[in-house]
Amino acid sequence: MRTAQAVAWKEIQIYFSSPTAYIVGLIFLALTGFFFTQDLGDPFPEATLAPFFYGATIVFILLAPALTMRLLAEESKLGTIELLLTSPVRDWEVIVGKYVASLVFFLVLVALSFFYAILLFVYASPDPGPIFAGYLGLVLYGSAALAVGLLTSTMTNNQIVSAVVAMGILLALFFADRAFGSIGGLAGEIIGEMGLRGHFDDFERGVIDTKNIVYFVSVVAFFLFLSIRTLESRRWR
Amino acid sequence: MGPKTGKNLQPDMIQAKGLTHYYGPYPAIQDVSFGVRKGEILGFLGPNGAGKTTTMRIITGFVPPTHGSVTLDGYDVVEQSLEARRRVGYLPETVPLYTDMSVTNYLKYMGTLRGMSPKAIKTRIGDVVDVCRLGDYSKTQIGKLSKGFRQRVGIAQAIIHEPQVLVLDEPTIGIDPIQVVETRRLIQELGRDQTVVLSSHILPEVSMICDRVLIINEGRIVAEDTPKNLAEGLQGVDRLEVEVGGPVAQVLPILKGIAGVNDVAHVNNNGRHTYTIQAEAGKDLRNEISRAVISNGWSLQGLQLVGMSLEEIFLRLTTHEEL
Repeated sequence: MRTAQAVAWKEIQIYFSSPTAYIVGLIFLALTGFFFTQDLGDPFPEATLAPFFYGATIVFILLAPALTMRLLAEESKLGTIELLLTSPVRDWEVIVGKYVASLVFFLVLVALSFFYAILLFVYASPDPGPIFAGYLGLVLYGSAALAVGLLTSTMTNNQIVSAVVAMGILLALFFADRAFGSIGGLAGEIIGEMGLRGHFDDFERGVIDTKNIVYFVSVVAFFLFLSIRTLESRRWR
Repeated sequence: MGPKTGKNLQPDMIQAKGLTHYYGPYPAIQDVSFGVRKGEILGFLGPNGAGKTTTMRIITGFVPPTHGSVTLDGYDVVEQSLEARRRVGYLPETVPLYTDMSVTNYLKYMGTLRGMSPKAIKTRIGDVVDVCRLGDYSKTQIGKLSKGFRQRVGIAQAIIHEPQVLVLDEPTIGIDPIQVVETRRLIQELGRDQTVVLSSHILPEVSMICDRVLIINEGRIVAEDTPKNLAEGLQGVDRLEVEVGGPVAQVLPILKGIAGVNDVAHVNNNGRHTYTIQAEAGKDLRNEISRAVISNGWSLQGLQLVGMSLEEIFLRLTTHEEL
């Protein structure tokens, strides 16, 4: 466990000292800021964070892979993975350590966006339910996206490949609920239920449904499990 | 500096049996077996691509062998990987380091990964920095260090947790001659308490540092001995060259008749008769030969030992030539 902590702590330090992470942070805040203010120009604006949450889920499809692409791909590229994997560190400790680091950075980004909520509470009286539920949903959604990105980083030594493949997977999951209509039948239902976006909608409306929480937690667990297996497979090849 | 002798060598620390590794259809190593005793410095000698790095990666548990097994201190590197890995310090050939970190932070990180407590790391870092002569650079970012200093950082991370087994892949490649000498001295010092396996394609280096040498070529072990014995001749035979002025038909049987002579070959070089004598290992027959020649009334025109250098053996071994 201490080694997982050490891995996480090292990665967190790198996040907060590298320009990439700050660029990601800047773009996240700039774009979500745009979505947040979009509806405020209406003659009768609604005191809601819904546009912000909608924007954040889209922006994060692009940004989560950018945060995670470095995590293992760079170790493979530089060869440092050789020392990491010949140290007495369990594979899950490496994966969990790296994942926790990306999660910490993500949570800081999300925390910065509380600024929008504060603005609403100061200048209007929004319904706190959807805001609280929305943030919970956003954190779960981001956690899932980071797990996807971590898996692709584990599979390659090329950061660009990692990011592009992760974006592909995330986009596919994002739009999967369209399969309800377009494919139909049982297959359409199964694929549709896998959709990221569909499980986020309830949170945005202020509904905290266990089903949705279980979905996101399962996605995280599934992709972390695959990441651990992928890292392990280096020892079989 | 000859090979160390008189060291109290103990049972095998590393035991490798029938190691074979395939990259796709191509075998990198085939049926490599060896043992390394506690406190021994074993050198892997071979040209590039001979399979040295693959062997080291298998010992350290980075890649699994396709066939065969390795145990470290009794722990199988595949089955009991974690226990085996606890006992290893490893310096890969490319010296992979996190270039963004300072030397001290890097060593702290590697120490933690190897399961050291923060307290143990704190006391140990000072020693390691001293041993590897990194004193003035301990706060420097690794990316700003020269190749030679990075090499030292690489060794420092390999020894920080005082591993029982030290695996060094080409530890002196690409650094300047003065640093090479220092690095070799450092390895010898480490070899007093630890089991060291190192690879090299530089002969004098291996014969200088190592207690025992494995020569590996095209994935197979082709010779194994102490540097001294290897230099004495691959099959335990010493060679002499004698030039004798006398009738070949008489000289040949007389030379062959000397006790300790295994074989004599004759070459006629424009009337100069040179005889190459294969003698039994370790025997210096120069006195007997010169007496035999002179007592028969012939003239002794030349006599010399043709000791084979390790370099020659190496060349022969790796170019498929028979002795």
